[in-house]
Amino acid sequence: MLSVSNITCSRGDRTLFRDLSFSVAPGDLLHLKGKNGSGKTTLLRSICGLFLQDSGEIHWNDTSIRNLGEDYFREVVYLGHHNGIKDDLTAEENLTIAAVLDGDETDEKQIRIALERIGLRGYDDLPTRVLSQGQKRRVALARLLLTKSPLWILDEPFTALDTSAIDLLQEIIREHIAADGMIIITTHQEVALTAGHAKQLELGN
Amino acid sequence: MSGKSTMLRTFRVIVMRDLTLAMRRRTDLLTTLFFFIIVVSLFPLGVGTEKAILRQIAPGIAWVAALLASMLALERLFAGDFQDGTLEQMLLAPQPLSVLVLAKVVAHWLLTGLPLVLIAPLVGLQYDLSAGSLGIMMLALLIGTPTLSLVGAIGAALTLGLRGGGVLLSLLVLPLYIPVLIYGAGAVSASVTSIADTQPYLMLLTGFMIFALVLAPWATAAALRISSE
Repeated sequence: MLSVSNITCSRGDRTLFRDLSFSVAPGDLLHLKGKNGSGKTTLLRSICGLFLQDSGEIHWNDTSIRNLGEDYFREVVYLGHHNGIKDDLTAEENLTIAAVLDGDETDEKQIRIALERIGLRGYDDLPTRVLSQGQKRRVALARLLLTKSPLWILDEPFTALDTSAIDLLQEIIREHIAADGMIIITTHQEVALTAGHAKQLELGN
Repeated sequence: MSGKSTMLRTFRVIVMRDLTLAMRRRTDLLTTLFFFIIVVSLFPLGVGTEKAILRQIAPGIAWVAALLASMLALERLFAGDFQDGTLEQMLLAPQPLSVLVLAKVVAHWLLTGLPLVLIAPLVGLQYDLSAGSLGIMMLALLIGTPTLSLVGAIGAALTLGLRGGGVLLSLLVLPLYIPVLIYGAGAVSASVTSIADTQPYLMLLTGFMIFALVLAPWATAAALRISSE
């Protein structure tokens, strides 16, 4: 379980949010909302441990994420604005490396199955440079199918996706929540769940 | 799988990844090498072909050219990964970041340092160096260039994402290269009189390398976390 207590973040001189507290338990989907510039991405990056908050604590199963260090990163998957894939590598190579970096054991077969489900069959041997924006995003999303990490942090995952990919991602999100996973997401899409709890958090400024 | 073997596996995967990427973009590789060859070749053209003079300036020139060539490639060490978000994923890997950094530096050295070592004898021929001196030059470069890559990585990590980072990087890193330059060039100069005299220089270069090997990955990892915040 992730619990965030009284965190304050600022960029430069501007305080983005102050004394924010919430928690995410297994089966929870936390939908972060707020205007552009309200600090959604900064909050997500602090939860990942990529950004150091000004004050407050973030705990994973009652231990501060600063003390957990690398052990915490095994529990988290972060999908940010960047796809985190290499243009010169194929989708398959990208996923193999991503799986190692996520700390997951995968084999070629699992990667092929993931690529097939994400709708990239036949593209696995091409460098991702020749793929479209939406297809690159799909490669990045395929990581979600391979990982065993319970906490997913998704920053605008629906951008550049077509309707069928949006439906697919919705389905992947529902499956993860139904399997007692945790998701923190920022999106302008509505995410409908069939199991678990959906929470909302509005960041104001 | 135990912690140590996953660490080794991650290390290997990152080295192979960077080598594969470089093989798919060979021009970047060749730039460093040709830069070194051209800089070294310019001096005999400018200074003249007086053998005694050339022999005397050869060690310094070879090493300065190696420093600059190594500088040239440094900027790309983390910049590409920073731009496409893969660096972020490395920061979130369940392995110590310093291991990943070391893997990247090893790949970088294999791609930019090792070629300089191998091409050095060819370049040395233009300066009429003896076979013994050429051997010492190769050996000194072999021990010295990893230090350049390791120390340079700290600078590359600190200047990541900054405007005008390239110039700042050279201002930051070149002064740190001075010890390697002095002892590297010193070893080659000493080899002209006696090969046995080069031993202390080579020992010191090895010392620098071990020192850098221990501290640089850790410092680079800390710098990367700060730069990517």
